[in-house]
Amino acid sequence: VILGVDVASMLLGGVAAGMVLFIVSVGLSVTMGLMGFVNLAHGGFAMLGGYAVAQFMKQGGLGFAPALVLGFAATAAVSVLFERLLYRRLYRASELDQVLFTIGLVFIMIASVTVTLGPENQPLTLPPALRGQIDLGFTQYRAYSVVLIAVGVVIAAGLWLGIERTRMGAQIRAAVDNRRMAESLGINIDRLFTVTFALGSGMAALGGGLGAEFLGLDPQYPLKYLVYFLIVVAVGGLGRVTGVFYAALLIGVLDFVLKKYLPQGGTLFIYALTILLLLWRPQGLFGARGT
Amino acid sequence: MTAARGDVAPQPAARALATRHRLRAWEPIPWLLAIAFYFAFPRHLGFGTELLIAILFALSLDLVLGYAGIVTLGHAAFFGTGAYTVGMLAKHGIWNEPITGLLLAAGLAAAVGVASGLVLLRTQGLTLLMLTLCTMALLEEAANLGHAYTGGFDGLDSLPIAPLFGVFEFNPLYPTTQYIYALAVLFLSFAFVRTLVYSPFGQSLAGIRENVLRMPAVGAPVRTRLVACYGLSAAIAGVAGGIWAQANAYVNLGTLGLDRAATVVIILVLGGHGRLYGAFAGAVAYMVLSHFLSKIYPTAWQLGLGFLLVFIALFARNGILGIAGASRRGGGSAGSPPGRS
Repeated sequence: VILGVDVASMLLGGVAAGMVLFIVSVGLSVTMGLMGFVNLAHGGFAMLGGYAVAQFMKQGGLGFAPALVLGFAATAAVSVLFERLLYRRLYRASELDQVLFTIGLVFIMIASVTVTLGPENQPLTLPPALRGQIDLGFTQYRAYSVVLIAVGVVIAAGLWLGIERTRMGAQIRAAVDNRRMAESLGINIDRLFTVTFALGSGMAALGGGLGAEFLGLDPQYPLKYLVYFLIVVAVGGLGRVTGVFYAALLIGVLDFVLKKYLPQGGTLFIYALTILLLLWRPQGLFGARGT
Repeated sequence: MTAARGDVAPQPAARALATRHRLRAWEPIPWLLAIAFYFAFPRHLGFGTELLIAILFALSLDLVLGYAGIVTLGHAAFFGTGAYTVGMLAKHGIWNEPITGLLLAAGLAAAVGVASGLVLLRTQGLTLLMLTLCTMALLEEAANLGHAYTGGFDGLDSLPIAPLFGVFEFNPLYPTTQYIYALAVLFLSFAFVRTLVYSPFGQSLAGIRENVLRMPAVGAPVRTRLVACYGLSAAIAGVAGGIWAQANAYVNLGTLGLDRAATVVIILVLGGHGRLYGAFAGAVAYMVLSHFLSKIYPTAWQLGLGFLLVFIALFARNGILGIAGASRRGGGSAGSPPGRS
């Protein structure tokens, strides 16, 4: 405890929020980096995933973990459908068309969710084991936040290994750095993109389910948090998994601390910081200087 | 003069270029319709005023998006700046004369536009999109925070706006004054924008949109032109916001929100961007549909709007006017505008 401030619990809360931001945003970063596609509907997949998880638990009587896995799979499958049928037609279209298309998609998602399940917030009850406090030795903290951090670290480590050590990861890195060159070397960008898009949307679904506890889960979700997801991606750098990880933690902790001490001006500060940062490094904190 | 005209006459392309700024026979029609609306629907003048404001706002966006090719999701920043300028000056008893109020709104919005443009327009693509979004969010947060001056989340209502020319009251129940006032301002702004886009300045904007690299080579200062265009467009958006605040005697955070910024992009693209009258077609189509549908079936409206956007993005990239133009020319589909790479 420094100056009456519990640093540990501040950090834990912020890092837990940052992990959710990371899990949701990482797919957006990779797909934007790969194709330069402005996908404003990414938060929509997070919402659909969250709803799927909530439904699997409520209607299907599944536990939290199996519901998350199923939510991941279902959202990934749906996103492949979207990608094959619609997104791919617009890869070479102008930014404006991509923006319009994805905003339209968000509206469709919001409206269909409202029609089927109503406009209210969907409660997502955590299993009793995750609800209490946990003793970490140096402090007591909410068990769920600690679990979130652990899950986030495992996912980040898995993604890092996947990107750095596997053949597909190498292909993704190559394609992000220089798509034309990668294509000339015989990498099938189309297929690569479909797979990453599905994985990214699945991850978003996971984040939607995991984060529902404090982000809530209502039809306005994709628009409410759109700016946050985009900020994380822009600060982290397009197509950079580790960059997004650090950016998400940074924004998560900043947001958590500022909301506590500056409940009024906290968000203002984050927007101002993002603007300054993007002016200083348009490619993001961790992005490579682009062409 | 006559000799030069004689030279270009035989070449159709040159003739099209030399005559394209002239008034077409159909151009008075929208204005006659607007005047007819005043007499035909005296009970819907409130809606009519909203419609005229939407046209003006979309027209300001057209300058930036359609002509200069800057994709922005933050244009409501200027609409809101104009609205809050009028609202705060009136609410705090500093200034409530409407016409000078609009000029002040335009000036302040232009200042915000130039200041933000100077820094934002260094970037492009996704970063630019993000920065426009963040700037608007920043202003919205600032308006939310300064509730002592801005009314915060509740906004400022019952703004005491002085009668126009000291004679015509702004009556919220019978908005005849508002309608004519908005129509007059729209007409003047349109005349300005029309002159601008056919001027060499407007041509250089189109040049920048089509090829950023080649413009410096022909001696056009790209950044200066873009910032100037952004500032002018911001001024017009500020005027639109100012009229909105005066007509409704009300300002709130919604004037600075993502909703408004996204709606104006939708309106413009629906009508067709980069073609002056696209703002008119889009605003009429959007506002009429939303007026009748969004209150009765809000969800169905959103669903329909979503499908419409997807359809426009995939198939009809030039909006209503593009479809109309393509079918008039008898050419196949309405897709594939010339500027698509």
